[in-house]
Amino acid sequence: MSGESEAGYRMVVVGASAGGLYALRTLIAGLPADFDMPVVVVQHRAKESELLCELLQECTPLPVTEVMDKQEIGPGVFIGPPDYHLLVDDGSFALSTDDPVRYSRPSIDVMFQSAAETYGMDTVGVVLTGANQDGSAGLRQIADAGGHCVVQDPETAEVRVMPRSALKAVPDACVLTLEEIGPHLAGIRGRRVPPCPPRDA
Amino acid sequence: MSNQRVELPDTPAAYNRDVERIEVELLLEGVYRHYGFDFRSYAYSSLKRRIWKRITQEGLASVSQLQDRVLHDSSLMEKLLLDLSINVTAMYRDPGFYAAFREKVVPTLRTYPFIRIWHAGCSTGEEVYSMAILLEEEGLYDRARIYATDINEVVLQRARAGIFPLEKMQEYTQNYLRAGGTRSFSEYYTAMYDGALFNTTLTRNVVFSQHNLVTDGSFSEFNVIVCRNVMIYFDRKLQNRVHRLFYDSLSRRGVLALGNKETLRFTDFEDKYEVVDTREKIYRRTA
Ligand SMILES: C[S@@+](CC[C@H](N)C(=O)[O-])C[C@H]1O[C@@H](n2cnc3c(N)ncnc32)[C@H](O)[C@@H]1O
Repeated sequence: MSGESEAGYRMVVVGASAGGLYALRTLIAGLPADFDMPVVVVQHRAKESELLCELLQECTPLPVTEVMDKQEIGPGVFIGPPDYHLLVDDGSFALSTDDPVRYSRPSIDVMFQSAAETYGMDTVGVVLTGANQDGSAGLRQIADAGGHCVVQDPETAEVRVMPRSALKAVPDACVLTLEEIGPHLAGIRGRRVPPCPPRDA
Repeated sequence: MSNQRVELPDTPAAYNRDVERIEVELLLEGVYRHYGFDFRSYAYSSLKRRIWKRITQEGLASVSQLQDRVLHDSSLMEKLLLDLSINVTAMYRDPGFYAAFREKVVPTLRTYPFIRIWHAGCSTGEEVYSMAILLEEEGLYDRARIYATDINEVVLQRARAGIFPLEKMQEYTQNYLRAGGTRSFSEYYTAMYDGALFNTTLTRNVVFSQHNLVTDGSFSEFNVIVCRNVMIYFDRKLQNRVHRLFYDSLSRRGVLALGNKETLRFTDFEDKYEVVDTREKIYRRTA
Protein backbone atom coordinates (compact mmCIF):
# COMPACT_ATOMS: atom_id res chain seq x y z
CA MET A 1 0.00 0.00 0.00
CA SER A 2 1.20 3.46 -0.78
CA GLY A 3 1.33 4.90 2.73
CA GLU A 4 0.48 8.42 3.73
CA SER A 5 2.99 11.19 3.34
CA GLU A 6 4.26 14.03 5.48
CA ALA A 7 4.42 16.33 2.50
CA GLY A 8 0.72 16.72 1.99
CA TYR A 9 -2.13 15.71 -0.27
CA ARG A 10 -1.43 13.50 -3.25
CA MET A 11 -4.70 13.00 -5.04
CA VAL A 12 -7.84 15.00 -5.78
CA VAL A 13 -11.02 13.09 -6.56
CA VAL A 14 -14.02 14.94 -7.95
CA GLY A 15 -17.60 13.70 -8.30
CA ALA A 16 -20.24 15.38 -10.43
CA SER A 17 -23.64 14.48 -11.81
CA ALA A 18 -26.42 16.58 -13.33
CA GLY A 19 -25.04 20.01 -14.26
CA GLY A 20 -21.50 18.71 -14.03
CA LEU A 21 -20.13 19.88 -17.34
CA TYR A 22 -20.25 23.58 -16.54
CA ALA A 23 -19.10 22.92 -12.98
CA LEU A 24 -16.14 20.83 -14.06
CA ARG A 25 -15.10 23.35 -16.68
CA THR A 26 -15.09 26.09 -14.10
CA LEU A 27 -13.19 24.06 -11.53
CA ILE A 28 -10.56 22.87 -13.97
CA ALA A 29 -10.10 26.29 -15.52
CA GLY A 30 -9.27 27.50 -12.01
CA LEU A 31 -6.30 25.15 -11.61
CA PRO A 32 -2.84 26.58 -12.25
CA ALA A 33 -0.88 25.20 -15.20
CA ASP A 34 1.70 23.66 -12.89
CA PHE A 35 -0.84 21.86 -10.70
CA ASP A 36 0.91 18.58 -9.98
CA MET A 37 -1.65 16.46 -8.15
CA PRO A 38 -3.70 14.05 -10.22
CA VAL A 39 -7.30 15.23 -10.49
CA VAL A 40 -9.57 12.24 -10.94
CA VAL A 41 -13.07 12.97 -12.16
CA VAL A 42 -16.13 10.78 -12.03
CA GLN A 43 -19.05 12.33 -13.89
CA HIS A 44 -22.33 10.46 -14.31
CA ARG A 45 -23.15 10.31 -17.99
CA ALA A 46 -24.67 8.25 -20.75
CA LYS A 47 -22.81 5.31 -22.25
CA GLU A 48 -22.16 7.01 -25.52
CA SER A 49 -21.14 10.47 -24.39
CA GLU A 50 -17.64 11.03 -25.64
CA LEU A 51 -17.07 14.74 -25.84
CA LEU A 52 -16.41 15.32 -22.16
CA CYS A 53 -12.62 15.06 -22.43
CA GLU A 54 -12.42 17.45 -25.34
CA LEU A 55 -14.70 19.96 -23.67
CA LEU A 56 -12.59 19.89 -20.53
CA GLN A 57 -9.31 20.02 -22.42
CA GLU A 58 -10.44 23.32 -23.92
CA CYS A 59 -10.18 25.03 -20.57
CA THR A 60 -6.84 23.85 -19.20
CA PRO A 61 -3.24 23.34 -20.30
CA LEU A 62 -3.08 20.28 -18.02
CA PRO A 63 -3.43 17.03 -19.97
CA VAL A 64 -6.99 15.67 -19.82
CA THR A 65 -7.34 11.97 -20.55
CA GLU A 66 -10.10 9.43 -20.42
CA VAL A 67 -8.70 6.64 -18.30
CA MET A 68 -7.59 3.37 -19.87
CA ASP A 69 -7.28 0.33 -17.68
CA LYS A 70 -3.94 0.21 -15.78
CA GLN A 71 -3.01 3.71 -16.83
CA GLU A 72 -0.39 5.19 -14.53
CA ILE A 73 -1.39 7.92 -12.14
CA GLY A 74 0.52 11.18 -12.53
CA PRO A 75 -0.18 14.89 -12.87
CA GLY A 76 -3.12 15.81 -15.06
CA VAL A 77 -6.87 15.44 -15.21
CA PHE A 78 -8.24 11.90 -15.49
CA ILE A 79 -11.81 11.18 -16.52
CA GLY A 80 -13.44 7.84 -15.78
CA PRO A 81 -14.96 6.28 -18.91
CA PRO A 82 -18.75 5.92 -19.07
CA ASP A 83 -20.20 2.58 -17.93
CA TYR A 84 -17.15 1.49 -15.93
CA HIS A 85 -16.35 1.91 -12.26
CA LEU A 86 -13.05 3.66 -11.73
CA LEU A 87 -10.77 2.56 -8.91
CA VAL A 88 -7.19 3.28 -7.91
CA ASP A 89 -4.64 0.63 -7.13
CA ASP A 90 -0.99 1.14 -6.27
CA GLY A 91 0.11 3.78 -8.72
CA SER A 92 -2.37 2.96 -11.46
CA PHE A 93 -6.07 2.98 -12.27
CA ALA A 94 -8.24 -0.10 -12.52
CA LEU A 95 -11.60 -0.27 -14.29
CA SER A 96 -14.46 -2.58 -13.42
CA THR A 97 -17.84 -3.49 -14.85
CA ASP A 98 -19.08 -4.54 -11.43
CA ASP A 99 -22.80 -3.92 -10.81
CA PRO A 100 -23.94 -0.32 -10.64
CA VAL A 101 -23.97 1.08 -7.12
CA ARG A 102 -27.16 3.02 -6.41
CA TYR A 103 -27.97 2.77 -10.08
CA SER A 104 -24.72 4.46 -11.03
CA ARG A 105 -21.81 3.20 -13.04
CA PRO A 106 -19.47 4.94 -12.74
CA SER A 107 -20.16 5.43 -9.06
CA ILE A 108 -18.60 8.36 -7.24
CA ASP A 109 -18.76 6.44 -3.95
CA VAL A 110 -16.76 3.57 -5.41
CA MET A 111 -14.06 5.92 -6.69
CA PHE A 112 -13.92 7.92 -3.46
CA GLN A 113 -13.76 4.79 -1.35
CA SER A 114 -10.87 3.30 -3.27
CA ALA A 115 -9.01 6.61 -3.11
CA ALA A 116 -9.60 6.87 0.64
CA GLU A 117 -8.39 3.33 1.16
CA THR A 118 -5.32 3.72 -1.01
CA TYR A 119 -4.27 7.32 -0.32
CA GLY A 120 -5.79 7.76 3.14
CA MET A 121 -5.21 11.21 4.61
CA ASP A 122 -3.49 12.26 1.39
CA THR A 123 -6.85 12.35 -0.40
CA VAL A 124 -8.86 15.44 -1.27
CA GLY A 125 -12.52 14.78 -2.15
CA VAL A 126 -14.70 17.28 -4.00
CA VAL A 127 -18.46 16.90 -4.50
CA LEU A 128 -20.16 19.08 -7.10
CA THR A 129 -23.66 19.53 -8.49
CA GLY A 130 -26.02 16.59 -8.97
CA ALA A 131 -29.47 15.17 -8.42
CA ASN A 132 -28.68 12.13 -6.27
CA GLN A 133 -26.74 11.01 -3.23
CA ASP A 134 -23.77 9.40 -4.89
CA GLY A 135 -20.52 10.65 -3.37
CA SER A 136 -21.83 11.23 0.16
CA ALA A 137 -20.73 7.91 1.65
CA GLY A 138 -17.42 8.14 -0.19
CA LEU A 139 -16.75 11.66 1.04
CA ARG A 140 -17.47 10.47 4.57
CA GLN A 141 -14.82 7.80 4.12
CA ILE A 142 -12.30 10.35 2.89
CA ALA A 143 -13.05 12.45 5.98
CA ASP A 144 -12.71 9.41 8.26
CA ALA A 145 -9.37 8.60 6.69
CA GLY A 146 -8.17 12.10 7.60
CA GLY A 147 -8.41 13.50 4.09
CA HIS A 148 -9.68 16.92 3.11
CA CYS A 149 -13.26 17.45 1.92
CA VAL A 150 -14.72 20.14 -0.29
CA VAL A 151 -18.34 20.58 -1.33
CA GLN A 152 -19.70 23.00 -3.89
CA ASP A 153 -21.89 25.56 -2.18
CA PRO A 154 -25.35 24.04 -2.73
CA GLU A 155 -26.86 27.49 -3.20
CA THR A 156 -24.71 27.97 -6.28
CA ALA A 157 -25.09 24.47 -7.67
CA GLU A 158 -27.15 23.85 -10.77
CA VAL A 159 -28.72 20.91 -8.92
CA ARG A 160 -28.46 21.01 -5.14
CA VAL A 161 -29.29 17.50 -4.02
CA MET A 162 -25.84 16.00 -4.28
CA PRO A 163 -23.87 18.74 -2.52
CA ARG A 164 -26.55 18.97 0.17
CA SER A 165 -26.42 15.28 0.80
CA ALA A 166 -22.61 15.37 0.92
CA LEU A 167 -22.75 18.15 3.50
CA LYS A 168 -25.10 16.13 5.60
CA ALA A 169 -22.59 13.29 5.55
CA VAL A 170 -19.59 15.57 6.16
CA PRO A 171 -20.79 18.72 7.93
CA ASP A 172 -17.28 20.13 8.34
CA ALA A 173 -16.40 19.96 4.65
CA CYS A 174 -15.25 23.25 3.14
CA VAL A 175 -18.10 24.87 1.27
CA LEU A 176 -16.90 26.84 -1.72
CA THR A 177 -18.24 28.33 -4.91
CA LEU A 178 -17.07 26.80 -8.16
CA GLU A 179 -14.73 29.69 -8.84
CA GLU A 180 -13.10 29.25 -5.44
CA ILE A 181 -12.42 25.52 -5.69
CA GLY A 182 -9.52 25.59 -8.20
CA PRO A 183 -7.53 28.26 -6.32
CA HIS A 184 -8.31 26.50 -3.03
CA LEU A 185 -6.85 23.25 -4.35
CA ALA A 186 -3.81 25.12 -5.60
CA GLY A 187 -3.41 26.68 -2.16
CA ILE A 188 -3.42 23.48 -0.15
CA ARG A 189 -0.61 21.77 -2.01
CA GLY A 190 2.22 20.70 0.23
CA ARG A 191 0.47 21.38 3.52
CA ARG A 192 -2.39 20.02 5.58
CA VAL A 193 -5.51 22.02 6.24
CA PRO A 194 -7.91 21.41 9.10
CA PRO A 195 -11.60 20.72 8.41
CA CYS A 196 -13.72 23.82 7.98
CA PRO A 197 -16.02 24.91 10.81
CA PRO A 198 -19.60 23.68 10.31
CA ARG A 199 -21.83 26.23 8.64
CA ASP A 200 -25.23 27.20 9.87
CA ALA A 201 -27.80 25.04 8.17
CA MET B 1 -30.11 -7.26 -11.85
CA SER B 2 -28.75 -6.90 -8.37
CA ASN B 3 -29.57 -3.25 -7.99
CA GLN B 4 -30.43 -3.39 -4.33
CA ARG B 5 -29.80 -0.17 -2.49
CA VAL B 6 -26.52 -0.26 -0.65
CA GLU B 7 -26.62 2.39 1.99
CA LEU B 8 -23.42 1.38 3.66
CA PRO B 9 -20.15 1.17 1.81
CA ASP B 10 -18.91 -2.35 1.24
CA THR B 11 -15.89 -2.01 3.47
CA PRO B 12 -16.30 -0.75 7.03
CA ALA B 13 -14.45 2.54 7.37
CA ALA B 14 -12.87 1.60 10.65
CA TYR B 15 -11.28 -1.55 9.28
CA ASN B 16 -7.50 -1.63 9.62
CA ARG B 17 -6.19 -1.55 6.04
CA ASP B 18 -2.93 -3.32 6.79
CA VAL B 19 -4.68 -6.16 8.59
CA GLU B 20 -7.19 -6.32 5.74
CA ARG B 21 -4.40 -6.73 3.21
CA ILE B 22 -2.94 -9.62 5.19
CA GLU B 23 -6.34 -11.27 5.56
CA VAL B 24 -7.12 -10.93 1.86
CA GLU B 25 -3.78 -12.48 0.96
CA LEU B 26 -4.41 -15.36 3.35
CA LEU B 27 -7.90 -15.91 1.96
CA LEU B 28 -6.64 -16.00 -1.62
CA GLU B 29 -3.77 -18.27 -0.66
CA GLY B 30 -6.20 -20.66 1.01
CA VAL B 31 -8.61 -20.60 -1.93
CA TYR B 32 -5.74 -21.34 -4.28
CA ARG B 33 -4.28 -24.18 -2.25
CA HIS B 34 -7.58 -25.81 -1.46
CA TYR B 35 -9.63 -25.18 -4.61
CA GLY B 36 -7.02 -24.37 -7.27
CA PHE B 37 -8.52 -20.98 -8.26
CA ASP B 38 -5.76 -18.42 -8.32
CA PHE B 39 -6.93 -14.88 -7.63
CA ARG B 40 -3.68 -13.77 -6.03
CA SER B 41 -2.76 -11.37 -8.84
CA TYR B 42 -6.14 -9.81 -9.45
CA ALA B 43 -6.42 -6.02 -9.18
CA TYR B 44 -6.64 -5.46 -5.45
CA SER B 45 -9.15 -2.66 -5.08
CA SER B 46 -11.96 -4.21 -7.07
CA LEU B 47 -11.21 -7.69 -5.71
CA LYS B 48 -11.56 -6.36 -2.19
CA ARG B 49 -14.90 -4.78 -2.97
CA ARG B 50 -16.28 -8.06 -4.15
CA ILE B 51 -14.91 -10.00 -1.20
CA TRP B 52 -16.69 -7.57 1.11
CA LYS B 53 -19.90 -7.94 -0.82
CA ARG B 54 -19.85 -11.65 0.00
CA ILE B 55 -18.87 -11.00 3.63
CA THR B 56 -21.83 -8.65 4.02
CA GLN B 57 -24.25 -11.03 2.32
CA GLU B 58 -23.20 -13.90 4.58
CA GLY B 59 -23.65 -11.69 7.63
CA LEU B 60 -19.98 -11.98 8.59
CA ALA B 61 -17.71 -9.31 10.01
CA SER B 62 -14.21 -9.91 8.70
CA VAL B 63 -12.21 -11.34 5.84
CA SER B 64 -10.86 -13.98 8.19
CA GLN B 65 -14.35 -15.17 9.03
CA LEU B 66 -15.05 -15.55 5.35
CA GLN B 67 -11.82 -17.52 4.93
CA ASP B 68 -12.84 -19.89 7.69
CA ARG B 69 -16.24 -20.53 6.09
CA VAL B 70 -15.01 -20.78 2.51
CA LEU B 71 -12.34 -23.35 3.31
CA HIS B 72 -14.86 -25.64 5.02
CA ASP B 73 -17.84 -25.15 2.74
CA SER B 74 -17.47 -25.66 -1.00
CA SER B 75 -20.91 -24.27 -1.75
CA LEU B 76 -19.74 -20.94 -0.35
CA MET B 77 -16.70 -21.21 -2.62
CA GLU B 78 -19.05 -21.50 -5.58
CA LYS B 79 -20.75 -18.30 -4.56
CA LEU B 80 -17.45 -16.54 -4.03
CA LEU B 81 -16.28 -17.68 -7.44
CA LEU B 82 -19.34 -16.08 -9.00
CA ASP B 83 -18.66 -12.90 -7.06
CA LEU B 84 -15.03 -12.75 -8.07
CA SER B 85 -15.55 -13.54 -11.73
CA ILE B 86 -17.74 -10.65 -12.75
CA ASN B 87 -19.88 -11.98 -15.54
CA VAL B 88 -21.46 -8.86 -17.00
CA THR B 89 -21.77 -9.19 -20.75
CA ALA B 90 -24.12 -8.43 -23.62
CA MET B 91 -24.73 -9.28 -27.25
CA TYR B 92 -22.88 -6.93 -29.56
CA ARG B 93 -21.51 -5.13 -26.52
CA ASP B 94 -19.74 -2.13 -28.05
CA PRO B 95 -21.34 -2.37 -31.50
CA GLY B 96 -18.41 -0.37 -32.89
CA PHE B 97 -16.14 -3.30 -32.17
CA TYR B 98 -18.17 -5.66 -34.35
CA ALA B 99 -18.46 -3.06 -37.09
CA ALA B 100 -14.68 -2.61 -37.09
CA PHE B 101 -14.13 -6.36 -37.00
CA ARG B 102 -16.39 -6.79 -40.01
CA GLU B 103 -14.67 -4.04 -41.91
CA LYS B 104 -11.03 -4.58 -41.00
CA VAL B 105 -10.55 -8.19 -39.96
CA VAL B 106 -13.09 -10.16 -41.99
CA PRO B 107 -11.39 -9.36 -45.36
CA THR B 108 -8.22 -11.04 -44.13
CA LEU B 109 -10.13 -13.99 -42.74
CA ARG B 110 -11.68 -14.54 -46.17
CA THR B 111 -8.26 -15.47 -47.49
CA TYR B 112 -7.89 -18.29 -44.96
CA PRO B 113 -9.10 -21.80 -45.72
CA PHE B 114 -9.77 -22.38 -42.05
CA ILE B 115 -10.32 -19.90 -39.22
CA ARG B 116 -9.66 -20.56 -35.55
CA ILE B 117 -11.01 -18.12 -33.00
CA TRP B 118 -10.57 -18.11 -29.24
CA HIS B 119 -12.99 -16.18 -27.03
CA ALA B 120 -11.19 -16.11 -23.69
CA GLY B 121 -13.37 -15.21 -20.71
CA CYS B 122 -16.57 -15.56 -22.73
CA SER B 123 -18.84 -15.52 -19.68
CA THR B 124 -22.42 -16.55 -20.55
CA GLY B 125 -21.59 -16.56 -24.25
CA GLU B 126 -23.37 -13.49 -25.63
CA GLU B 127 -20.31 -12.30 -27.51
CA VAL B 128 -19.73 -15.78 -28.93
CA TYR B 129 -23.24 -15.87 -30.39
CA SER B 130 -22.71 -12.35 -31.72
CA MET B 131 -19.53 -13.45 -33.49
CA ALA B 132 -21.15 -16.61 -34.83
CA ILE B 133 -23.94 -14.54 -36.38
CA LEU B 134 -21.44 -12.12 -37.88
CA LEU B 135 -19.41 -14.93 -39.44
CA GLU B 136 -22.57 -16.59 -40.69
CA GLU B 137 -23.63 -13.38 -42.43
CA GLU B 138 -20.19 -12.98 -43.97
CA GLY B 139 -20.33 -16.52 -45.31
CA LEU B 140 -17.38 -17.59 -43.18
CA TYR B 141 -19.01 -19.63 -40.48
CA ASP B 142 -18.53 -23.02 -42.08
CA ARG B 143 -14.78 -22.49 -42.20
CA ALA B 144 -14.59 -21.29 -38.63
CA ARG B 145 -14.11 -23.00 -35.33
CA ILE B 146 -14.71 -21.00 -32.16
CA TYR B 147 -13.19 -22.01 -28.84
CA ALA B 148 -15.09 -20.27 -26.08
CA THR B 149 -13.59 -20.54 -22.62
CA ASP B 150 -14.13 -19.21 -19.13
CA ILE B 151 -12.84 -19.98 -15.65
CA ASN B 152 -16.37 -20.45 -14.43
CA GLU B 153 -18.29 -23.62 -15.28
CA VAL B 154 -21.62 -22.14 -14.17
CA VAL B 155 -21.57 -19.40 -16.80
CA LEU B 156 -20.37 -21.84 -19.46
CA GLN B 157 -23.43 -23.95 -18.88
CA ARG B 158 -25.59 -20.95 -19.57
CA ALA B 159 -23.56 -20.20 -22.67
CA ARG B 160 -24.14 -23.73 -23.96
CA ALA B 161 -27.88 -23.42 -23.36
CA GLY B 162 -28.05 -20.28 -25.48
CA ILE B 163 -31.05 -18.80 -23.74
CA PHE B 164 -30.86 -15.09 -23.02
CA PRO B 165 -33.39 -12.80 -21.35
CA LEU B 166 -36.21 -11.91 -23.68
CA GLU B 167 -36.43 -8.38 -22.36
CA LYS B 168 -32.91 -7.76 -23.60
CA MET B 169 -33.76 -8.45 -27.22
CA GLN B 170 -34.78 -4.92 -28.01
CA GLU B 171 -31.44 -3.57 -26.83
CA TYR B 172 -29.59 -6.37 -28.61
CA THR B 173 -31.44 -5.71 -31.84
CA GLN B 174 -30.32 -2.08 -31.68
CA ASN B 175 -26.75 -3.17 -31.00
CA TYR B 176 -26.90 -5.68 -33.83
CA LEU B 177 -28.00 -3.02 -36.30
CA ARG B 178 -25.36 -0.58 -35.13
CA ALA B 179 -22.79 -3.35 -35.49
CA GLY B 180 -23.68 -3.59 -39.18
CA GLY B 181 -26.09 -6.52 -38.96
CA THR B 182 -27.79 -7.10 -42.30
CA ARG B 183 -30.82 -9.21 -41.50
CA SER B 184 -33.67 -9.23 -39.08
CA PHE B 185 -32.21 -10.08 -35.68
CA SER B 186 -35.28 -12.08 -34.69
CA GLU B 187 -34.33 -14.69 -37.29
CA TYR B 188 -31.72 -15.94 -34.89
CA TYR B 189 -33.84 -16.84 -31.92
CA THR B 190 -37.15 -18.27 -30.85
CA ALA B 191 -39.06 -16.42 -28.19
CA MET B 192 -40.22 -18.59 -25.30
CA TYR B 193 -41.80 -17.61 -21.99
CA ASP B 194 -38.57 -17.66 -20.12
CA GLY B 195 -36.22 -16.29 -22.71
CA ALA B 196 -34.93 -16.10 -26.24
CA LEU B 197 -33.54 -19.44 -27.37
CA PHE B 198 -30.85 -18.94 -29.99
CA ASN B 199 -30.70 -21.27 -32.97
CA THR B 200 -28.56 -24.26 -32.12
CA THR B 201 -27.01 -24.12 -35.59
CA LEU B 202 -25.10 -21.07 -34.36
CA THR B 203 -23.07 -23.25 -32.04
CA ARG B 204 -22.42 -26.16 -34.36
CA ASN B 205 -18.80 -25.01 -34.70
CA VAL B 206 -18.38 -23.75 -31.16
CA VAL B 207 -16.61 -25.60 -28.37
CA PHE B 208 -17.32 -24.31 -24.88
CA SER B 209 -14.82 -25.37 -22.25
CA GLN B 210 -13.36 -24.41 -18.94
CA HIS B 211 -9.98 -22.72 -19.11
CA ASN B 212 -8.21 -20.62 -16.52
CA LEU B 213 -6.06 -17.88 -18.01
CA VAL B 214 -3.96 -17.72 -14.87
CA THR B 215 -3.08 -21.34 -14.39
CA ASP B 216 -3.73 -23.12 -17.71
CA GLY B 217 -1.47 -22.99 -20.74
CA SER B 218 -1.97 -22.59 -24.43
CA PHE B 219 -4.02 -25.28 -26.16
CA SER B 220 -3.81 -24.43 -29.84
CA GLU B 221 -2.85 -21.84 -32.41
CA PHE B 222 -5.41 -19.21 -33.32
CA ASN B 223 -5.99 -16.64 -36.06
CA VAL B 224 -8.05 -14.48 -33.73
CA ILE B 225 -8.11 -14.12 -29.96
CA VAL B 226 -10.90 -12.08 -28.42
CA CYS B 227 -10.46 -11.26 -24.74
CA ARG B 228 -12.56 -8.30 -23.74
CA ASN B 229 -13.15 -6.92 -20.26
CA VAL B 230 -11.41 -9.83 -18.60
CA MET B 231 -7.91 -8.57 -17.99
CA ILE B 232 -9.13 -5.36 -16.37
CA TYR B 233 -9.55 -7.56 -13.30
CA PHE B 234 -5.89 -8.57 -13.34
CA ASP B 235 -2.93 -6.60 -12.02
CA ARG B 236 -0.20 -5.50 -14.41
CA LYS B 237 2.07 -8.42 -13.71
CA LEU B 238 -0.65 -10.92 -14.42
CA GLN B 239 -1.74 -9.01 -17.51
CA ASN B 240 1.73 -9.41 -18.88
CA ARG B 241 1.69 -13.12 -18.21
CA VAL B 242 -1.62 -13.56 -19.99
CA HIS B 243 -0.38 -11.44 -22.89
CA ARG B 244 2.56 -13.82 -23.19
CA LEU B 245 0.07 -16.69 -23.39
CA PHE B 246 -1.92 -14.91 -26.11
CA TYR B 247 1.15 -13.97 -28.05
CA ASP B 248 2.34 -17.57 -28.02
CA SER B 249 -1.12 -18.79 -29.04
CA LEU B 250 -1.55 -16.48 -32.05
CA SER B 251 -0.54 -17.43 -35.56
CA ARG B 252 1.64 -15.05 -37.57
CA ARG B 253 -0.40 -11.94 -38.39
CA GLY B 254 -3.01 -13.20 -35.93
CA VAL B 255 -5.48 -10.68 -34.49
CA LEU B 256 -5.91 -9.80 -30.82
CA ALA B 257 -9.04 -7.93 -29.71
CA LEU B 258 -9.22 -6.31 -26.29
CA GLY B 259 -12.02 -4.40 -24.60
CA ASN B 260 -12.72 -0.79 -25.38
CA LYS B 261 -10.88 0.65 -22.42
CA GLU B 262 -7.97 -1.76 -22.45
CA THR B 263 -4.74 -1.15 -24.26
CA LEU B 264 -1.45 -2.85 -25.02
CA ARG B 265 0.26 0.40 -24.15
CA PHE B 266 0.88 -0.48 -20.51
CA THR B 267 2.09 -4.00 -21.24
CA ASP B 268 5.38 -5.53 -22.43
CA PHE B 269 3.81 -6.50 -25.74
CA GLU B 270 3.09 -3.14 -27.31
CA ASP B 271 5.86 -3.43 -29.91
CA LYS B 272 4.88 -6.93 -30.94
CA TYR B 273 1.63 -5.84 -32.52
CA GLU B 274 0.42 -3.22 -34.96
CA VAL B 275 -2.82 -1.38 -34.46
CA VAL B 276 -5.72 -2.44 -36.66
CA ASP B 277 -8.27 -0.19 -34.98
CA THR B 278 -7.21 2.30 -32.31
CA ARG B 279 -10.64 2.96 -30.94
CA GLU B 280 -11.81 -0.62 -30.69
CA LYS B 281 -8.44 -1.98 -29.54
CA ILE B 282 -7.91 -4.45 -32.33
CA TYR B 283 -4.27 -5.44 -32.87
CA ARG B 284 -2.35 -7.64 -35.31
CA ARG B 285 0.70 -9.64 -34.34
CA THR B 286 3.77 -8.51 -36.25
CA ALA B 287 6.82 -9.91 -34.51
C1 LIG C 1 -16.84 -9.05 -17.45
S1 LIG C 1 -16.86 -10.68 -18.13
C2 LIG C 1 -16.51 -10.34 -19.82
C3 LIG C 1 -17.35 -11.12 -20.77
C4 LIG C 1 -17.15 -10.83 -22.24
N1 LIG C 1 -15.78 -11.12 -22.66
C5 LIG C 1 -17.53 -9.42 -22.59
O1 LIG C 1 -16.65 -8.57 -22.76
O2 LIG C 1 -18.71 -9.12 -22.67
C6 LIG C 1 -15.36 -11.36 -17.47
C7 LIG C 1 -15.26 -12.87 -17.58
O3 LIG C 1 -13.91 -13.29 -17.33
C8 LIG C 1 -13.94 -14.50 -16.64
N2 LIG C 1 -12.65 -14.71 -15.96
C9 LIG C 1 -12.20 -14.11 -14.85
N3 LIG C 1 -11.00 -14.61 -14.50
C10 LIG C 1 -10.68 -15.55 -15.42
C11 LIG C 1 -9.57 -16.42 -15.60
N4 LIG C 1 -8.56 -16.41 -14.75
N5 LIG C 1 -9.58 -17.25 -16.66
C12 LIG C 1 -10.63 -17.26 -17.53
N6 LIG C 1 -11.70 -16.46 -17.41
C13 LIG C 1 -11.74 -15.61 -16.36
C14 LIG C 1 -15.12 -14.36 -15.70
O4 LIG C 1 -15.61 -15.62 -15.28
C15 LIG C 1 -16.12 -13.58 -16.55
O5 LIG C 1 -17.02 -14.43 -17.18
